[in-house]
Amino acid sequence: MKLKRNISQFVGFTILRLAAVFVILVLVFIIYDIASKGAKVISWEFITQKPTKGMTAGGIWPAIVGTFWVSLVTIIFAVPTGMFTAIYLNEYATQGKIIRIIRLAIRNLSGVPSIVYGLFGFALFVLMMNLGLSVLSAGLTLGLLTLPWTITASEEALKTVPMSYREGALALGATKWQTIRTNVLPYAIPGMLTGTILGLARAAGETAPILFTGAAFFWPALPSFPKVLVSQFMALPYHLFIMSTQHHEIAKVRPIAYGTALVLIVLVLAMNILAVVIRYRFRKKYKRA
Amino acid sequence: MMAERISQKTMPILNEPKAEPQTKVASKVLWRRFKEQAIHYFFFMNGLIAVIILVGIFSLLFTQGFPALKAVGLGDFFLSDHWDPTSPEKESYGILAMVVSTLMVTFGALVIAVPVGIACAAYLADVASPRVREIVKPVIEILAGIPSVVVGFLGIVVTGPFIAKVFGTANGLNAVNGSILLAVMALPTIISISEDAIVAVPQEFKSASLALGANKWQTLTRVTLPAAMSGIIAAVMLGMGRAIGETMTVLMACGNAPALPHSFLDPVRTMTATIAIELGETVQGSLHYQSLFVIGFVLFLMTFLVNLVSDLVLHKYQRVAR
Repeated sequence: MKLKRNISQFVGFTILRLAAVFVILVLVFIIYDIASKGAKVISWEFITQKPTKGMTAGGIWPAIVGTFWVSLVTIIFAVPTGMFTAIYLNEYATQGKIIRIIRLAIRNLSGVPSIVYGLFGFALFVLMMNLGLSVLSAGLTLGLLTLPWTITASEEALKTVPMSYREGALALGATKWQTIRTNVLPYAIPGMLTGTILGLARAAGETAPILFTGAAFFWPALPSFPKVLVSQFMALPYHLFIMSTQHHEIAKVRPIAYGTALVLIVLVLAMNILAVVIRYRFRKKYKRA
Repeated sequence: MMAERISQKTMPILNEPKAEPQTKVASKVLWRRFKEQAIHYFFFMNGLIAVIILVGIFSLLFTQGFPALKAVGLGDFFLSDHWDPTSPEKESYGILAMVVSTLMVTFGALVIAVPVGIACAAYLADVASPRVREIVKPVIEILAGIPSVVVGFLGIVVTGPFIAKVFGTANGLNAVNGSILLAVMALPTIISISEDAIVAVPQEFKSASLALGANKWQTLTRVTLPAAMSGIIAAVMLGMGRAIGETMTVLMACGNAPALPHSFLDPVRTMTATIAIELGETVQGSLHYQSLFVIGFVLFLMTFLVNLVSDLVLHKYQRVAR
């Protein structure tokens, strides 16, 4: 009886372990496949040059530049808005109906499909606000998409600041805003940054929202600031999409697709690692304080 | 030091003639209060932005799509599987085939991701040592961070050809392929939320079970998992929401045939893929354009409902756990 039970426990735990191993293997496989095949085309030229010969040769520099500009617009819109919302929710708001509605809205926004953000951004920014197919339209669309993540992450960061920090400031006669500015934000900002970077890493990899808000097949001349904001652009994820589905010489551009995928993954992972590093240093500093 | 500074500041006020400084102080206090109020309202306005965006998405999709719903008719829209908006003779706008396709790949994805995800979550929460957990959890976070376009790309170059070989089909771009890839993308959501739910089961439950002589496996399967069930269900629903709304992966890896699929080996075209393929080619304000917004609206409602229900379940469950 006992033996039978122990056998079933052993088998059960083994199955659970295998499931975890399976999940890890999936990730390892994805990274290995992209890295091993993508590394063959990565070179200084691949990163710093334009595509040439009908996109079958050359590099991906314009796509990197485009991703950078779009991400910048996304940051400028989403980061302050997200932080301010989080400050309201965590520092000012008192429990009540309005708060519940706001929280419900945030949670549901994070579940809205990215293609629906694309539709919304197209109708709102491109057509109604007349921003056209542009870096601005795409960046703002991605900003809306990132907003729920930056809010949630910022709020988590604010929550970790002990209540006593606020009470101390308030007891000395500081106003609410003074308290937040001097005693809450300095401790919360690294955590806010962490979450924000994670959100941006996701936004940088999104394709559906930029499909019809400004992503272009090819960027003949890279415009300078501020003209770049109103021009169409190339972006890494869109370039990968084009290279793997829309190009007529699929076999010829496959290495370029692998190279693009590798650069995209490295970019996303680097942002993730950066976020982890900030979080780690923040925690250490926090313990000392 | 502090006391010194305060006394220096307050002393002159006490010594000076009364009238002027007091009004000064009063106006200063008023100004300060006003400023505080203004700051409060500023943050409140930011708080409302999320609500405004959500309502904005809802109303924009609805107003843009409504004329098409009226022109085509609810019945023709939802019950016909014939989608051919660019036909030269008679355009048709039935979205049934793509709704079925969406549900099909989502179902396929859940069949794979739910058992694996829950097993992995149970392992992390109940079996793994803290050190293993420290390693596996970031790995799952990384998996969540892989862009969907990369997953779709792998569907074209890796899993597609593999499926074609195994099942002997012309190419592997079909519902099976989409299901596998969506499963990979839904796994992180399912794992991390289920794990939270399992960890949140009170220790007393497990201790009581162990004290009665049950071993760890029996405790896990008969006490811990049932106790965490509502949280696990919410996790599965959130994963489902992600799978329904996923675009690039299904667009790239499912073959995009706009017909009603009969088996998992048929190429399918989901609602998200249809929008992605066709929006760029439509004329603004045309029936075709509007009908794509109806698809977006239906998609929005589907994910909204799924999220709302999982949210309610999670909320209720959190209260119980506390």
